Amino acid sequence: MDLLTHDDIETLCLGATLLGTGGGGDPYVAKLLAQQALATYGPVRVVAPGDLPPDALVLTTAVIGAPTVTLEKIPAGTEFVGSVEALASYLGKEPVAIMSIEVGGLNTLVPVATAAEMGLPIVNADAMRRAFPQIEMTVFTLAGLPAGPLSIADEKGNQCVFRTTNNHVAESLARAAVIQLGMANAISCYPLTAGQIDEHGIHGSLTYCGEVARLLEAVQRADEGAWERFLSESGSVEFFRGKVVDLDRRTTAGFARSTVILEDLDGTGSTMRIEVQNENLIAFRDGDAVITTPNLICLLDCETFDPVTTEYVAYGNRVIVIGMPCAPEWHRPGMLELVGPEAFGYDVDFVDLPR
Amino acid sequence: MSPAGDSRDLRVGVDVGGTNTDAVVIDASGNVLAAVKVATTPEPIDGIRAALDGVLTGLEHSQISKAMLGTTHSANAIIQRRGLDRVAVLRLAAPSSLGIPPGAAWPDDIRSGVIGTTAIIEGGHEYNGKEIASLDTEAVKLLAAEAIRTECRSIAVAGAFSPATTEHEIRAREVLHAELGADFPVSLSYEIGSLGLLERENATILNAALLSVATGVVNGFEGALAQHRLDVDAYLTQNDGTLMMATEAGQYPVLTLGSGPTNSMRGACALAGTDDAIVIDVGGTSADVGILVGGFPRQSSAAVEVGGVRTNFRMPDLISMGLGGGTIVRNAGADLRIGPDSVGYAVATDAICVGGDVLTLSDVSLAAGRMTGFGDPTRVRTLDTDVVSDALGWVDEQISVVSDRMKSTRAALPLLAVGGGAHLVPDAIPGVSEVIRPKHQSVANAYGAGIAEASGSIDRVYSYDTTSREECLDDARALATDAAVRAGSDPDQVRITTVTEVPMTYVPGGGCRVMVKAAGPLA
Repeated sequence: MDLLTHDDIETLCLGATLLGTGGGGDPYVAKLLAQQALATYGPVRVVAPGDLPPDALVLTTAVIGAPTVTLEKIPAGTEFVGSVEALASYLGKEPVAIMSIEVGGLNTLVPVATAAEMGLPIVNADAMRRAFPQIEMTVFTLAGLPAGPLSIADEKGNQCVFRTTNNHVAESLARAAVIQLGMANAISCYPLTAGQIDEHGIHGSLTYCGEVARLLEAVQRADEGAWERFLSESGSVEFFRGKVVDLDRRTTAGFARSTVILEDLDGTGSTMRIEVQNENLIAFRDGDAVITTPNLICLLDCETFDPVTTEYVAYGNRVIVIGMPCAPEWHRPGMLELVGPEAFGYDVDFVDLPR
Repeated sequence: MSPAGDSRDLRVGVDVGGTNTDAVVIDASGNVLAAVKVATTPEPIDGIRAALDGVLTGLEHSQISKAMLGTTHSANAIIQRRGLDRVAVLRLAAPSSLGIPPGAAWPDDIRSGVIGTTAIIEGGHEYNGKEIASLDTEAVKLLAAEAIRTECRSIAVAGAFSPATTEHEIRAREVLHAELGADFPVSLSYEIGSLGLLERENATILNAALLSVATGVVNGFEGALAQHRLDVDAYLTQNDGTLMMATEAGQYPVLTLGSGPTNSMRGACALAGTDDAIVIDVGGTSADVGILVGGFPRQSSAAVEVGGVRTNFRMPDLISMGLGGGTIVRNAGADLRIGPDSVGYAVATDAICVGGDVLTLSDVSLAAGRMTGFGDPTRVRTLDTDVVSDALGWVDEQISVVSDRMKSTRAALPLLAVGGGAHLVPDAIPGVSEVIRPKHQSVANAYGAGIAEASGSIDRVYSYDTTSREECLDDARALATDAAVRAGSDPDQVRITTVTEVPMTYVPGGGCRVMVKAAGPLA
């Protein structure tokens, strides 16, 4: 993948929905934004962090706000460019490339549109390779890299830049600003050098997103052996086929929390319970935790093999539950404290996927 | 069977499908007094007239007080890109949303045919009701002039968060009417769809494009009723199986696009006298399985595309499988292969039991005694008995698996078998309390239209911190109930049919999107 064109976006969108692991915001709007930007400004060059001068500045951009608000307040595009320019101006240095902080959900494709509009390449790396709800939940935090200074911008031209002392403060300051700016804004955070990204980032995230999507497209076309190939090549494990028999939704502390209960389709009475906070975090089979964050828990529709997101889970949905391994770059000291079950308030031990 | 009580308590239901146009006359207790099925005609109004001719024969026309129509006119107009009006699109949201212009994801042919001119202008609201920008009325006037210059016949207006704050859309229409005259057709998005600006805008554009087609349908229907000396209230059925006054349907045609499957399922359930059931509609080529909960089809979670255009309408959750009366059976034993191909409607000439040479599931069903009244049993007497039992074993397995998948709980539910291939459905299915073959099931669609109720709904964002959740839900229920009564529901019989809450992540103040629907029989 050297050049991203209009034709690559549909596949990346499917991958982004899968890596959204139930949340991450609906990438549909980001897909249209990226398609529109690529059609207007031409294709975007994809570069590895190691291809760039080690001390060159790379800036990220992402949607910050509430996914539900984004459905009504469609991005202008200018807010993302604005967030990058605000941070570049504060730093007194121009970026040589744009990167996605979160390859998973809505934020996978937004930076592609920004890169096209700014005429910059996009870096084939990120800091999550799945969706997570908070800014500090990145491999960069594990490496001790700061999320700040960071900028927030809206579509009207309002911009602010924060200097922050740690990544948790960065998260809360950013949220506070967004509430005043209409809940559908752009953020540019983790201003890093290409060298820092090369050393600490997750490599090949966009390529991975496209590859898992192509494997899934083969399943959707009902190609011979495609399901087995999808599982083995993505390192995923099928844990359950069932239908949604109970669904409990609630909001606590700003998160969409829910519990989804599935009963198997074979009539053996086996059940699966999935705990959700924006994303699917823990899956219990007959009471035992079998998939835990940061590994990905993905629900796929039994008939269409489309990823099913939290917002659209409904009684009677027939789904396959798979566990997908998180990026190997997550397996570093501090992972569980930052993004393991405990970090989300569950008294559950991390379980790795069977190999 | 003679209608009792009030002398004007009969209603006529008509459904125009792809193949057939059905009509029924129903009394106040839901009894079918007359039913006919005629072929759908190239000009659907001709079929409607023929169906009315047939079904009204021998009835006292003055006893009929209501007429309901479910039709595929609008859907076909979109699918065939026929008779659509040219539309000017006005989005009130700038500076937000400039990254994605109206019609961005539309198929080229329908976009170039339908969208005449577009403008994204300042206006619209934030999630909390504040203005994104004040409405740019000068820009509205410019769009009006551009609409005339590009020969648009109607205008679609969509504003950010208009389902919650309608003000800018209404003011935009006032300005447009001041410029172009009060008769110029303007469709407002808050009257059409729920949250999701792009999908709601798409639906509003389609609505505006269908206005001429819809006017034709409504005039045609009312003309046909008048021709049959029927002085009745006329209604069209909506996607969700509820009614809209025909005059209103002329303004909101997009809301009547997908009523067919809903009418069919609701009709089948009502004919069987149940509210909760699995429904299997077996045709010539495929079978569709859906489920009714509380008298309404469970809806699918996926966004629905109409003619390649994404909308936020919900359609019944259906599983389709390649199992029908015309499904072809090949080989035997371990090599036995059933479908997925079918002879379709040619089953009437190509199946072995009617003298053809293709072995179909209808032949197998006849040989096993499931099907009666079609084909010659002597022609299938020589069929291999193993093939017959293996093929029916496969059919039973398929139906059992798919009905179980449809259910939300383990509790056994009745299963209603309808459609021309319903004979294939076995009498006993695991997890199914009983298999019901409703009388008059062949006109289930028209019956579903005839028994449809009036409804109202709301879709709002509430803050559970400023007002308690219960108070918010009560308010939403009251608004939905009022809307249903305004739409014609009997105030004493209106009830809440669905309440959906979607908490808004990250939004302070316990923001929650609440969708409530109420429905009730016509007053």
